[in-house]
Amino acid sequence: MVILSLTINDIFEKINMEKKGYISEIRLNTHVNVNRCYQCGKCSAGCAVSEEMDYTPSRVMRMLQTNDTENYRKILSSESIWLCVSCQNCLTRCPMEIDIPQLMDFLREKAIQEKTVNKKSKNILSFHRAFLDSVKYTGRLYEIGLVADYKTRTFDIFQDMDVAPKMFAKGKLPIIPEVIKDKKQMDAIFKNTKQ
Amino acid sequence: MNIGFYPGCSLKGTSSEYAQSTIALAKAFDIHFTEIEDWNCCGATAAHSLNGELAAALPARILALAEKQGLNEIVVPCAACYNRLSVAQHEWNEDPALKSRLSEILGMPLNKKCEILNAMQFIEKYIADKITEKVVNPFDHQVVCYYGCLLVRPHGILQFDRLEDPQSMDELMRQIGAKTLDWGFKTECCGAGLSVSRTDTVAKLSGRIVQDAEDRGAEAIIVACPMCQSNLDMRRSHIDSYLGKKTKIPVLYITQAIGLAVGVSKEELGLKKLFVTPAL
Repeated sequence: MVILSLTINDIFEKINMEKKGYISEIRLNTHVNVNRCYQCGKCSAGCAVSEEMDYTPSRVMRMLQTNDTENYRKILSSESIWLCVSCQNCLTRCPMEIDIPQLMDFLREKAIQEKTVNKKSKNILSFHRAFLDSVKYTGRLYEIGLVADYKTRTFDIFQDMDVAPKMFAKGKLPIIPEVIKDKKQMDAIFKNTKQ
Repeated sequence: MNIGFYPGCSLKGTSSEYAQSTIALAKAFDIHFTEIEDWNCCGATAAHSLNGELAAALPARILALAEKQGLNEIVVPCAACYNRLSVAQHEWNEDPALKSRLSEILGMPLNKKCEILNAMQFIEKYIADKITEKVVNPFDHQVVCYYGCLLVRPHGILQFDRLEDPQSMDELMRQIGAKTLDWGFKTECCGAGLSVSRTDTVAKLSGRIVQDAEDRGAEAIIVACPMCQSNLDMRRSHIDSYLGKKTKIPVLYITQAIGLAVGVSKEELGLKKLFVTPAL
């Protein structure tokens, strides 16, 4: 019955989404209710990267609570959502157990859809994309290919020029990629998982 | 005894010494792993950052393969893979619709709950009670144990060790004769997946970790995660420029430290592959 009532609630939420704004959309997709946050600030205090962020995690929560589309746009084009390393300290220490890391995952996906990815954070996205492309084509991560792909996406050709030779000398960089046998299944995974 | 093994991509490349030392340590106790055949990448940070469903589907294939190959438990030394496999498994066990959708995409069942063991859980379950009698070279050094994020968080799902002050690695290190020090960075983040795209941030976060370890008088940092290890070790030149001084503390995997104590050779443990050479 609980499952059934949740489903009905979800349907109502979906119908009312436009009227209620993005707070409902976030809740439907992540089960995070931003209104539960009472601004204690523990997330920002424990966050590994809050000092680098344009909006700290607790500030992101406060801005989302306004249900104001202009604030939402600011969050979706912020550096913060890309700098989050999913260390999970915020969730761990949140007295309301708000799953901010999951919220950040949602906001990243949304920023890509809305084409609002922060300019300074594009290289972080490039890295993730190069990573997933490697997995898509070989089933495993091919590190030399990843870095080469990342460089062509970002034109950051000097990245890791200093450590790469030493890694190579120490046998940490296999030249030949490992390719899995069941490529078909891999293709099916990438084709059928929605973003 | 048929114990499965999922190395993951890092352990086949930049962190091959972690796989090497885990396998060598197991061998010293007559344990041989069965590697999951045709395994794929777990998706790591990239998948859950960009596509939540893909982040569940990639681990699903790995665990479905383990199931098909008759493996009831798998050892996953990489903390990132351990985390992703455990979290994804939890997600589909909580959400029957997701589970059936994943099975459909894979064309494979996801029935059994394959047990996923991280490095410490494997050692505790199969080796810990035999370590003391096997120690030939006591690890007589002061160390700090660094757990990072992915072994302990999210605690609600992983349920591994204490959240803010974990002890499992410390206890194992004490068992081989080390003195484990209290310090402030046990579960702080090293910068993880930003290593390539934000090397400056990683140098800062990892720099603070290395600094505290040295300030406390530790002779080595002991880890169980290839991302932590490579950020603290391979990124040492960046860390040193951030700190404005030359740091010397080596970063060893728990499997290398225990391996040394029970008499496994340095070659087998891949000690030469570390950037900061341990003078131990």
